[in-house]
Amino acid sequence: MIIGLLMIVLVLGILLTLVVKSLPSIQALGLKYLWGKTWDPVQDIYGAAPFLLGTLISSFLALIISVPFSLAVAIFLGEYYPNGWLPDFLKNAVELIAAVPSVIYGFWALAVLVPIVRTFETNIGVAPLGQGIFASSLILAVMIIPYAASLGRSMIQLVPSQLKEAAYGLGATRWEVIRSVILPYTKSGLFAGVLLSLGRALGETMAVTMVIGNTSLMPHSIFGYGNTMASVIANEFTEADKPVYVSALIELGLVLFLVTVVINLIGKKIIDRFTND
Amino acid sequence: MEIKSVKYRIGKNYGFKALVIIFAFACVVPLLFILSYILEQGITKINWRFLVNVPRPVGETGGGIVNALMGTILIIICASLIAIPIGILAGIYLSENKKSRLAYWSRLCVDILQGVPSIVIGIVAYFWLVKPFGFSAISGSVALAIMMLPIIVRATEETLKLLPASLKEAAFALGMPFHRVIFKVIVPVGISGILSGVMLSIARITGETAPLLFTAFGNPYLNFKIWKPMESLPHVIFTYATSPYDEWKDLAWGASLILLVWVLLLNIFTKLITRKWKVQL
Amino acid sequence: MESTIIKSRNFNASFGTNHVVKNVNIDIPRNKVVAVMGPSGCGKTTYLRCINRMHELIPGASSSGEMTINNENIYQMHPIFVRLKIGMVFQRPNPFPNLSIYDNVIAGYKLNGIKLPKPERDRVVEHSLTRVALWGEVKDSLNKKGSFLSGGQQQRLCIARAVAMEPEVLLFDEPTSALDPISTSTVEELFHELKANYTLIIVTHNMQQAARVSDKTAFFYLGELVEYDETKIMFTAPKDSRTQNYITGRFS
Repeated sequence: MIIGLLMIVLVLGILLTLVVKSLPSIQALGLKYLWGKTWDPVQDIYGAAPFLLGTLISSFLALIISVPFSLAVAIFLGEYYPNGWLPDFLKNAVELIAAVPSVIYGFWALAVLVPIVRTFETNIGVAPLGQGIFASSLILAVMIIPYAASLGRSMIQLVPSQLKEAAYGLGATRWEVIRSVILPYTKSGLFAGVLLSLGRALGETMAVTMVIGNTSLMPHSIFGYGNTMASVIANEFTEADKPVYVSALIELGLVLFLVTVVINLIGKKIIDRFTND
Repeated sequence: MEIKSVKYRIGKNYGFKALVIIFAFACVVPLLFILSYILEQGITKINWRFLVNVPRPVGETGGGIVNALMGTILIIICASLIAIPIGILAGIYLSENKKSRLAYWSRLCVDILQGVPSIVIGIVAYFWLVKPFGFSAISGSVALAIMMLPIIVRATEETLKLLPASLKEAAFALGMPFHRVIFKVIVPVGISGILSGVMLSIARITGETAPLLFTAFGNPYLNFKIWKPMESLPHVIFTYATSPYDEWKDLAWGASLILLVWVLLLNIFTKLITRKWKVQL
Repeated sequence: MESTIIKSRNFNASFGTNHVVKNVNIDIPRNKVVAVMGPSGCGKTTYLRCINRMHELIPGASSSGEMTINNENIYQMHPIFVRLKIGMVFQRPNPFPNLSIYDNVIAGYKLNGIKLPKPERDRVVEHSLTRVALWGEVKDSLNKKGSFLSGGQQQRLCIARAVAMEPEVLLFDEPTSALDPISTSTVEELFHELKANYTLIIVTHNMQQAARVSDKTAFFYLGELVEYDETKIMFTAPKDSRTQNYITGRFS
């Protein structure tokens, strides 16, 4: 039916639009755009490296911070307490984290988190900017907890009880069963959950742009200002007056599109293979 | 046999459990902080004037966000009108065609769509609808509709896949034509799952800002014409929150509370309905 | 050494309010094979799982009464120690899928944090696999994953894994119900050899198996231990009419 085609057309349309609109900048700037370190539209110099780096640093930092929490929730709900009112409360609370709009996270982070970070930075002897990559990673970390947590929980619940029993029968403690049976068994599923969280972090726009400081310079410290691909597009798209400027931003959008799509597809593939085994 | 001190292993066991519990519940702490802070800041800013006035210029008091409230409602209604029929039809198609090549690629595209960052969808909608026609609410609705599609398609497909084949077979055996079987028999039985998918998608896009940045764009006036720019709740929060004016920031807190309550209610409502209907399924 | 290794006195077990094992009194003799039989739901598996304290892993499960091994109260020892003395083989073969055959056999050591030098480990693996008549078949593929073996071989691997810990008692929960007839008979032959070094308690729903392999047989019905005697007597001249009805197939 045509409707099935429509979905394909839609995605191809998106891809095509991005590619076509990036063409002017691809043609004018070539591939070295991707590692160019200077972004100065006024002088017509475009380099994407500050934003690529900013995106990678903030996303991975957010991931590192959030994974232990996601894992704890997954293990708590998947292994220790799958049923009961307290686990239900936790499960709903974590799902609620994903439901809160990102602009609200951004506003709160701006009003509350940034001053806290500023105090922290004063205490450790770093320039007390407050805003910056560190603050944005913190709020990002909170926002992406639910993704790895929920997938992780499902994966952990899939571990066959007979494997766990075999380990208990040999004299293992619960922690030993988790470490030697559950975690190895769900390794790839948990990894897929982390990928899902990563994909979410890479594409997050609003909360990041409100807190990261929005500078076009190469990030030099996690406590300094930065910018991500998504946040620079959000900030500068409507101001972009030259075609190459616009096109350079679209090219960032194209890179963002490709990277997040690939990560999400890999994650989904892993889950499919896991649940079909 | 040399056994590592059993006491040590038991200690590690309890230690790990404690660690897991601490980290797991620590997640709830930021959420509670945020919710209570927004409640605290926003509750004092909401009054009748707030809800029915349009924003006043800086310096004047008594501004409100009625344009954003109406705008959000309108944009969501338009987005739903676009996404729901297409999404349900696509879901029906995918559940009926499990093996064909077209269905495989189609399903893949739905998965891809789910992972696309919202700002990218905003850009694309800009080039499709804003470049030729100017900023408009409808372009924002289209962007949001694209985001709603994967959720509705997925929910529809999964719900319909769970229905017993005998249901369809009985209808066919009675001589019903295909489209009737689908719309008069299959869909009504699966309506609860489909509906929860729809509600989930609405809850998802209600708080989205990025796709609206370059499409609906924002409008300081109350506007009901969907082919013109329109303000929306998330967008007004973003604009006012990042502004240097305290009166505007106050408006942003009030708006945040309203948006938060709206989204939370939608989510809770969806959960309740899903639970209630799933039981009957 | 006393001839009784495991004793139960007034032993009861429940799942919540569901009382499934009622007042069981039984003496398990050392180095013998004891079969536990009965219709589905009679409590035999639950009773078995109480011996090595696996029953309590289920939320809501409880037990009461006395259960001893070598006159030591099982319920006053730490479960880890209990399970090192009493090994278990389950209904469906469950070798650890991510471990090789070699690693599966010594998995018990790894889990308990016991570090053995390599020559020791090799000896344990060879010894255990020989005990279950698997050494010849797998000695050249010890590094392959356990999942490549047939069902019967996998089950023997699981027995080897349990045997490697040098327990005194081996519990078997319907060990051949998931196996084909040939594998079943291979495993049954093992029982005869294993009892030289271990005491075996085998739960089975297959009466003929009980008659074939065991020295003593216990018959459970509706949670009670109805009759317990030499296997020969149980199957030719049982004293209780319920036993008589069961073995003549009046109910199963």
